[in-house]
Amino acid sequence: MIVIVDYGVGNLFSLKSSFAMIGAEAQVSADAEVIAKAEKIILPGVGAFEDAAKKLRDSGLADVVIEAANKGTPLMGICLGMQLLFEESHEFGVHKGLGLLPGRVVAMSDVIPADLKVPQIGWNALHIHKEHPLFKNTKEGDFVYFVHSFYATDCDDSLLATCEYGAELTAAVAKGNVMGCQFHPEKSGEVGLNILRAFSEL
Amino acid sequence: MITKRIIPCLDVRNGRVVKGVNFLGLNDVSDPVELAAYYSSAGADELVFYDITASAEGRALFTDILTRTASTIFIPLTVGGGINTVDDFDRVLKCGADKVSVNSGALRNPQLIEDAAKRYGSQCVVLSVDAKRVEGEYRVFAKGGREDTGLNALEWIKRGVDMGAGEIVLNSIDTDGVKQGFDLEMLDAVCQLVNVPVIASGGAGGIKDFVTLFKTLPKVDAGLAASIFHFGEVSIQELKEVLAQNDINVRR
Repeated sequence: MIVIVDYGVGNLFSLKSSFAMIGAEAQVSADAEVIAKAEKIILPGVGAFEDAAKKLRDSGLADVVIEAANKGTPLMGICLGMQLLFEESHEFGVHKGLGLLPGRVVAMSDVIPADLKVPQIGWNALHIHKEHPLFKNTKEGDFVYFVHSFYATDCDDSLLATCEYGAELTAAVAKGNVMGCQFHPEKSGEVGLNILRAFSEL
Repeated sequence: MITKRIIPCLDVRNGRVVKGVNFLGLNDVSDPVELAAYYSSAGADELVFYDITASAEGRALFTDILTRTASTIFIPLTVGGGINTVDDFDRVLKCGADKVSVNSGALRNPQLIEDAAKRYGSQCVVLSVDAKRVEGEYRVFAKGGREDTGLNALEWIKRGVDMGAGEIVLNSIDTDGVKQGFDLEMLDAVCQLVNVPVIASGGAGGIKDFVTLFKTLPKVDAGLAASIFHFGEVSIQELKEVLAQNDINVRR
């Protein structure tokens, strides 16, 4: 069973529907026991980093997710959920993340030309840097849907894919059993479903 | 690089798509769920559902349709129509909408934009504006384009973005239904004013109008249309092929 962590941030309807569509068993849960026993964990999230990190910690689920990841449960963060996996974010101050992946989250406005709009909203092509089981059904240049103003940098060798938006921005990362997508696979049509399918088959 | 988006818009009344549709291969051409699936497989980058129902019964049907659509189609969905309160945002987001478009509700209560942006994030709040030239300025019209609000459209859009609107849908009443192309002049004025995505609406009569739009105004992010897609005058596949031939970046 895949468990989608419900810590009060974001809309989980589409994620749950996506797994149903590909025939993978998934449930939304805020229950620490259920999450601890999950075969795989999805950490979703939209909104502001500080608020989400606080909600995740205050609910006690941050520790549950870290513990599960440390014992080897496949964990995938999506969008802000991916950003939370890093050491820290510089979104309106410096805030600590879960520290499961090397790197930090910074404003894209620092590295992209001023005439590009922030947030990046829309479909962009994946540049795949490294083969990974998560991308077993995904090709170089496949389009996925992004909505974000901040991006992860200094990811070292966990970098899997980038997208070009005035600069090469981190699109996907993985280190061992911990992975993340900056884009929304649940909103990226067939390409996105293929990534979720690959995750469910890990 | 990010692609230009092509967005079909479905007006839904009492659970049916308004405006006849004549696609081959669709069993029920006015079933919003089936039509949405058709557009999604044809390469639409996003879908907009406008709820033009007046009754509570119709509203319940609409949320049911939205839920069914969002359960089977995995591209961004924007919902508009009858959005007057933050509770209305909540209602449609729970059914699987990704963005919510406000128009008359925000004109009556501009605070709605700020309240919704604070609660759900700017990326979720789309400000839809019906504008028309009156006495040498762009004027905002309410009630589906029937009532001149006296507001200057550029000032209203600027204010909306300052309050947290994350995208603008600009529908030019002057070009809407005329099928002679988008309102490039009005769109240019808005693009120069704000730095959030601008979606052009009103006036598309054929593929060449989309090419002209994106060639003339590279800052426009998306083109929205209804009848030319519904009536099969423009197929999304063909439109995207022609855009790509013209060096406009699209998802294919």
